Amino acid sequence: METTTITNNFKSEEYFINMGPQHPATHGVLRLLLTIDGEIIKKVEPDLGYIHRSIEKMCERDSYQQIVHLTDRMDYLSSHINNEAVCLAVENALEIDIPERVKVIRTIIGELTRIASHTLWWGVMGMDVGALTTYFLGFRDRELINDIFEETCGARLTMNYNIPGGLMYDIHPNFIKRVKDFIAHFKTKLPEYDKLLTGNVIFQKRMKGVGILTKEDAISFGASGPVGRGSGYSCDVRKHHAYSALDKVNFKEALRTEGDSLARYEVRVQEMWESMSIIEQLIDNIPEGDYKVATNAVIKLPKGEFYQKVEAARGELGVYIVSTGTKNPYRLKFRSPGFSNLSLLNHIAVGGKIGDLVASMATLDIVVPDIDR
Amino acid sequence: MTNEALQKLISSWIPELEFTEEGSQFLNIIVQPEQLHQLMTQLKSNNETSFDYLFCLSGIDWGKELGVVYHLESTIHRHMVVVKVQTEDRENPTFDTVSNIWATAEFHEREAFDFFGIIFNNHPNLKRLFLTEDWDGFPLRKDYVDEINMVIK
Repeated sequence: METTTITNNFKSEEYFINMGPQHPATHGVLRLLLTIDGEIIKKVEPDLGYIHRSIEKMCERDSYQQIVHLTDRMDYLSSHINNEAVCLAVENALEIDIPERVKVIRTIIGELTRIASHTLWWGVMGMDVGALTTYFLGFRDRELINDIFEETCGARLTMNYNIPGGLMYDIHPNFIKRVKDFIAHFKTKLPEYDKLLTGNVIFQKRMKGVGILTKEDAISFGASGPVGRGSGYSCDVRKHHAYSALDKVNFKEALRTEGDSLARYEVRVQEMWESMSIIEQLIDNIPEGDYKVATNAVIKLPKGEFYQKVEAARGELGVYIVSTGTKNPYRLKFRSPGFSNLSLLNHIAVGGKIGDLVASMATLDIVVPDIDR
Repeated sequence: MTNEALQKLISSWIPELEFTEEGSQFLNIIVQPEQLHQLMTQLKSNNETSFDYLFCLSGIDWGKELGVVYHLESTIHRHMVVVKVQTEDRENPTFDTVSNIWATAEFHEREAFDFFGIIFNNHPNLKRLFLTEDWDGFPLRKDYVDEINMVIK
């Protein structure tokens, strides 16, 4: 009987596909232009601007009080921290002394924001690798934080709670009790996250050794937040340039040295524990006092340049104000964490599979309005 | 390193540099466009300065001049410095790229090109990032006019 040998005569061919801007895994309107060979990625080029509103240009015509409101619409998952960045920059420029009460409340709400952001990330992270349940668990816990925000600030997402000089209102009488209840609840729920997803074999295989970023590359690409810390790069602004009440609390900077997707995942989970510890240290010690100091109705910054960096949920957010002494900034630049973190996507995805791109991108935790400011 | 020590060391490399701390919390270095790349390379590679983290790169329109502001930090020594460069040529404002020194500059320079029309020599992929290829003008310049898209109070 005659036998035929099947040989691999197929030629490999590079081709090009679009991922997004409406793809669910890009978390918003981000379009990636992929050059691929079979399933192997050769090049990833982000195409941005689908929701660019030019907030920096709008800031040039707005007063400093108005600018605070625009920052909510950048990284909407850490809106309180964005507000805080602008307020701190303005307060430092005016050399206003902020009451201790304000500093502590800002830090507590900032850390609650971080937990809310990380629970949402954890939910969609699981969904991106095929585990639908995580989405519901993440949102279940996040809702409780949003309820606390709603009671105190009147809003669940774009909070506008900070104003230059302090806070818009004092905290709600229920605030302290509800935060304590939430911490007690979340302490029992966070171990469930590990049980459900972290230890899962399929999940581990998707994450371990994938999307590796070395420490040198992390610094060179300007990575910050959990992305930098997953590569062993100590970049926590809360540690190195402490602001508000963060110099009064003890917490560990979550660091991993592996630099892969799993390391970035573990950093965020550990950060939720650390944030809870920060809140616990502060919640019983909110000093009495005013919740704001009066500022002029028209705020004019002195001539000069002012830079303020804070640790938003996604990493280092910088506000660079150039003032000529008028009531509007001459130039205002937001150094957004997502923009720098996205720039390294090509670096970590090339040579990997297209499915791993989705998983790696989920661990970068991209929020598109933060990039398209 | 303190700002005084930084100033002493850096001015020994390039004597023409100007230094100022007025109206800023950082030490500001003002450099001529021709010497920008040489200064930046040394700021990164010198062991005493090791500015390995470019945390902000902003284009800025001073009305007459166009400029770029670089915010640098050393993750080893934890000191910071600001480098400023500007040119009066508004038609073809050109500076050398620093994307071969810090990888993050590639995206940030594309943003500055997109909004200010600043051209970066030797940039690997200098094209519009946010706006479409056929967009007319550079929106963050002070003399930009767009009657359709801009809301003016």
